[in-house]
Amino acid sequence: MSVQTWTYILVGVTFTLYIGIAIYSRASSTKDFYVAGGGVSPLANGMATAADWMSAASFISMAGIISFAGYDGSVYLMGWTGGYVLLALLLAPYLRKFGKFTVPDFIGDRYYSKTARIVAVICALIVSFTYVAGQMRGVGVVFSRFLQVDIDTGVIIGMVIVLFYAVLGGMKGITYTQVAQYCVLIFAFMVPAIFISIQMTGNPIPQLGMGSTLNDGSGTFLLDKLDGLSTELGFNKYTNGSKSLTDVFAITLALMVGTAGLPHVIVRFFTVKKVKDARKSAGLALLLIAILFTTAPAVSVFARTNLINTVSEKEYSNMPVWFKNWEETGLLAFDDKNADGKIQYVADKQKNELTIDNDIMVLANPEIANLPAWVIALVAAGALAAALSTAAGLLLVISASVSHDLVKKVFNPNISDKAELWVARGSATVAVVIAGYFGINPPGFVAAVVALAFGLAAASFFPAIVLGIFYKKMNKEGAISGMIVGILLMLFYMTKFKFGWFGGGTQADWWLGISPEGFGSIAMIANFIVSIVVLQFTPEPPEYVQEIVENIRIPSGAGEATGH
Amino acid sequence: MSEKQKKASAYWKENAKYLFILLSIWFIVSFGAAILFKDALDTIKIGGFKLGFWFAQQGSIYVFVILIFVYVRLMNKLDKKYNYNE
Repeated sequence: MSVQTWTYILVGVTFTLYIGIAIYSRASSTKDFYVAGGGVSPLANGMATAADWMSAASFISMAGIISFAGYDGSVYLMGWTGGYVLLALLLAPYLRKFGKFTVPDFIGDRYYSKTARIVAVICALIVSFTYVAGQMRGVGVVFSRFLQVDIDTGVIIGMVIVLFYAVLGGMKGITYTQVAQYCVLIFAFMVPAIFISIQMTGNPIPQLGMGSTLNDGSGTFLLDKLDGLSTELGFNKYTNGSKSLTDVFAITLALMVGTAGLPHVIVRFFTVKKVKDARKSAGLALLLIAILFTTAPAVSVFARTNLINTVSEKEYSNMPVWFKNWEETGLLAFDDKNADGKIQYVADKQKNELTIDNDIMVLANPEIANLPAWVIALVAAGALAAALSTAAGLLLVISASVSHDLVKKVFNPNISDKAELWVARGSATVAVVIAGYFGINPPGFVAAVVALAFGLAAASFFPAIVLGIFYKKMNKEGAISGMIVGILLMLFYMTKFKFGWFGGGTQADWWLGISPEGFGSIAMIANFIVSIVVLQFTPEPPEYVQEIVENIRIPSGAGEATGH
Repeated sequence: MSEKQKKASAYWKENAKYLFILLSIWFIVSFGAAILFKDALDTIKIGGFKLGFWFAQQGSIYVFVILIFVYVRLMNKLDKKYNYNE
């Protein structure tokens, strides 16, 4: 059977499965819709969190980015996993004990202020929209390459599917769909990785294969071979980076803190029964994520080595079929500058003849390694699972922010549960349409901004939540000014250096040599400082709020998550 | 301070101690071994891996997972000790 037939079958079967699950576990109350009824087991929640977390970016782009960036790519590996330690130790158990529906719920109640709640809602919307647009785009790319439809049609198909199960099922529906999506995506990621690891090193475990010797009888270690190939072609050594130490430090920190501050991740811990379950499920989530995150760097090494061996100094006319296929999508381009009919793939931009999009590395990897057609199709189904699960999680945050935090808590407190559920469904629908629009007409900034969503989350939520739990005397004035200063500073830096606003600037103008991706850590520190300074000049929080804080520090008596 | 409050604050202190220790390890492994001292550790080689590079792309992630499970165990014990478990 051809790759195309296999893709239709696998994508068709998985989509039917997701829709079936959504119909079976549809939401019947706002509690079902926001926190899946609050009775999700730690393992199911761990799997759902992992699928929610691993987006099109982790599945498709990350290994590709690392394979071109080498050591510098470690910032994503550590940043996107290390954040779970912060989440498990500093946030999840306490937020579960607090037991509300959303992150703005916590901010609004802990800081006894509608203003705080609204600021938090705005931050949640900015973070979630920047993130979700990238997911829809990922869906479109996969559809266009594997099902030969154009990207726009692909985005629309994705929209309809997400709309169907997020709107119908709410948190309850997406939690169980995400469990299935986790299984699909991890299987799809591991199968080709194991195949290629055996091919190249004879070791079936990619994490070990990466550090093993090559299978060709030379006895050379794979990583040494790749370091050698890279320097030969004029690139940096793979195992060394080119970014400055400060910047690597700052980006890693921003991604870690941002991970812990992302509302669609935090909200997952409202769905388990007890505080104890929240801790355990954070551990399980990271364990399940780590399977992909420790395999990805191995895939990067295999893919880069394979790529160089396949193309470097080889005749263009002898390139395999995958080369032509990807040329058609525009993600791979060859320009025979010296007209010798061979491909020169080198670091020197004047002489380099091959441009390769990061995203190809995972998607084309099975083809480059000559794996069977069903494996190639499986990768397509896995990439779709990753993109759809994350998109659904984000849409839920957006709809809950509107229906619960704005409509119910600010504009119309007397709204009935049933009406609120319909408002939630309505806002999810509007959010899908907006996300789809950005997926079809990606404003140039989408790609640039997705990575910065972490900076925004780090700069706004993380300090407000941590101070809210660990600093009993923190008051609303401090927290609100901290969040505002943090997010504005981050927006300023990002628009200045990414879009050239406020006079723009180049790398040479970066403050302390820190890139916009890493600036979230500076903005976060600014948030902490502003909060604490403002606190010194403003009144303490009322007694009852300090009692709430004492209460959330004790794990027993968590009860069920409520919206009241 | 009532008996109940005393118990709560003793619990919180022990919790804070655990957090301090675990987060120190978190910091040393990721920002220390994988970033600040990467070059020094790279002189040591285990199999095909330079140690600093291994920490950055593999080791730190394993440590993160272990840290959370150690935390879960410690806290479950602490909850029992203070009778906060349910």
